[in-house]
Amino acid sequence: MSALLITEHNNKEIRPFTLNAITAASQIDADLHVLLIGNNCGNIAKSLSKMPLVKKVLHVEATYYENYLAENFAPLIVKVSENYSHIVSSANTFGKNLMPRVAALLDTSQVSDIIKVISPDTFLRPIYAGNAFATVKSTDVKKCITIRPTSFEPCETSSGSAPIEKVKAAEEFSLSKFIKREEVKSDRPELGTARVVISGGRGMQNGENFKLINAVADKLNAAIGASRAAVDAGYISNEHQVGQTGKVVVPDLYIAVGISGAIQHLAGMKESKIIVAINKDGEAPIFSVADYGLEADLFEALPQFLEELNKLNTIQK
Amino acid sequence: MKILVAVKRVIDYNVQVRVKEDGTGVVTDNVKMSSNPPDDNAIEEAVKIKESGKATEIIAITVGVEKSQETLRKALAVGADRGILVKTEGIVEPLAVAKILQKIVDKEKPDLVFMGKQAIDDDCNQTGQMLSALLNWPQATFASKIEIKDKKLEVIREVDEGLETIEVNIPAVITCDLRLNEPRYASLPNIMKAKKKPLEIINASDLGVNTTPRVQQIKVEEPPKRKTGIKVANVAELVNKLKNEAKVI
Repeated sequence: MSALLITEHNNKEIRPFTLNAITAASQIDADLHVLLIGNNCGNIAKSLSKMPLVKKVLHVEATYYENYLAENFAPLIVKVSENYSHIVSSANTFGKNLMPRVAALLDTSQVSDIIKVISPDTFLRPIYAGNAFATVKSTDVKKCITIRPTSFEPCETSSGSAPIEKVKAAEEFSLSKFIKREEVKSDRPELGTARVVISGGRGMQNGENFKLINAVADKLNAAIGASRAAVDAGYISNEHQVGQTGKVVVPDLYIAVGISGAIQHLAGMKESKIIVAINKDGEAPIFSVADYGLEADLFEALPQFLEELNKLNTIQK
Repeated sequence: MKILVAVKRVIDYNVQVRVKEDGTGVVTDNVKMSSNPPDDNAIEEAVKIKESGKATEIIAITVGVEKSQETLRKALAVGADRGILVKTEGIVEPLAVAKILQKIVDKEKPDLVFMGKQAIDDDCNQTGQMLSALLNWPQATFASKIEIKDKKLEVIREVDEGLETIEVNIPAVITCDLRLNEPRYASLPNIMKAKKKPLEIINASDLGVNTTPRVQQIKVEEPPKRKTGIKVANVAELVNKLKNEAKVI
């Protein structure tokens, strides 16, 4: 039996975490097929077929697949899953919304958000917001798995030549309707995939003060993050939130400014390669995960930081 | 309209969770337990809908041990009308919880089922979606705004790309995001009144649902520790370290 990966895309391009999910799924079973469900997404089928880890592309089209409602996707996936031992997707809002619906229809107990494939039936996953790691073994015949994208490298995207096979659509679910999607447009790198992230917390005191963060972010080509406290206080909008209830990020450099380091925030960033904490409270828990801690008033430190960065001849982008 | 709200008793979100030395789980003895935070948002939303005159009854339900009654009492204190405890022992997986909830939905026939988007203990994020699949109802997950429009709900969902608006027919299952509302605190008189509200206890085995876990927990361990970092004296030293030691800028 083979593994089946559900592609996340917007009919124009593949969403980047699909590449990480392909890597993870191929570790479960090297005979990896990908299922592409969408509307007018032929170009994506071609891109998928070029990925060396992908052995076959199953391509389904229907107008009602345009906006990836789980109610439409799930019955189709169940139908296609007959020939597969594992159904896999990324554990972002796409996969979190979709996979349990598939699992319930298959009467399978899903394994969510795995960070490591130990064997085809045994996985490592964080629980309690990453404060503990559980090794779990699925005993179901068919396994539904979501993977934490940042724990797996993105796959190669060229030099493959997998066949593309058309699959028939399933029936439309008429009780749910997509209305609209408001995407957040930004010139900055995406928070989930940025090489550098700089985040502000309640210590920023107000939304206006985030301009200090913005200036450093411009210089470092960084994405901007925030703690839940800063989001709840209304300093910045929710799509910037890093943490258990926001995004999990694993950048090369994470700079936490005015963030105390609540458990739920640490869960979203403590796997970062290098962590910098700037906080005037030397006892703040954020220092326990920081590689470099600076105990200082952020309103003095951030302008100085920018000044020092300006003195450098080169900055990695 | 009748609303069923599912809640879960979990280790309080402010508690630093510790792993048991024998690797069988995390320490729960003498640890503060609370309701799962997004479940508080689910209750709050149901109460707001009832206050607006659009709902007539709110039933709070939980699946768990005897002590989970505390979580139901809290829900009753902020406005639920009655509670149901489905008693189980040990780990009950989201699929089993969804099957139990399905049985209760069949019996109680609610128009809406609310619950938090995720429980902060096992972090599975499955139960709501599974329940709506079993019922073949629409699902609106990660809801940050809900508007009732006749026999439909318009729901704004928090997704990775930003905000998504969907319309679902009633009956439906809605999982609530923390930004849906600001949960109220129970007043002392309401806590007292809640003690007199009806609370029904049902054994899971009487519902005919097999709750034996399908996913075996082999071991639970501490996550790898980060190596201890250093404190730098000033910004210049920080930039120097980042440039020449960590080589990340």
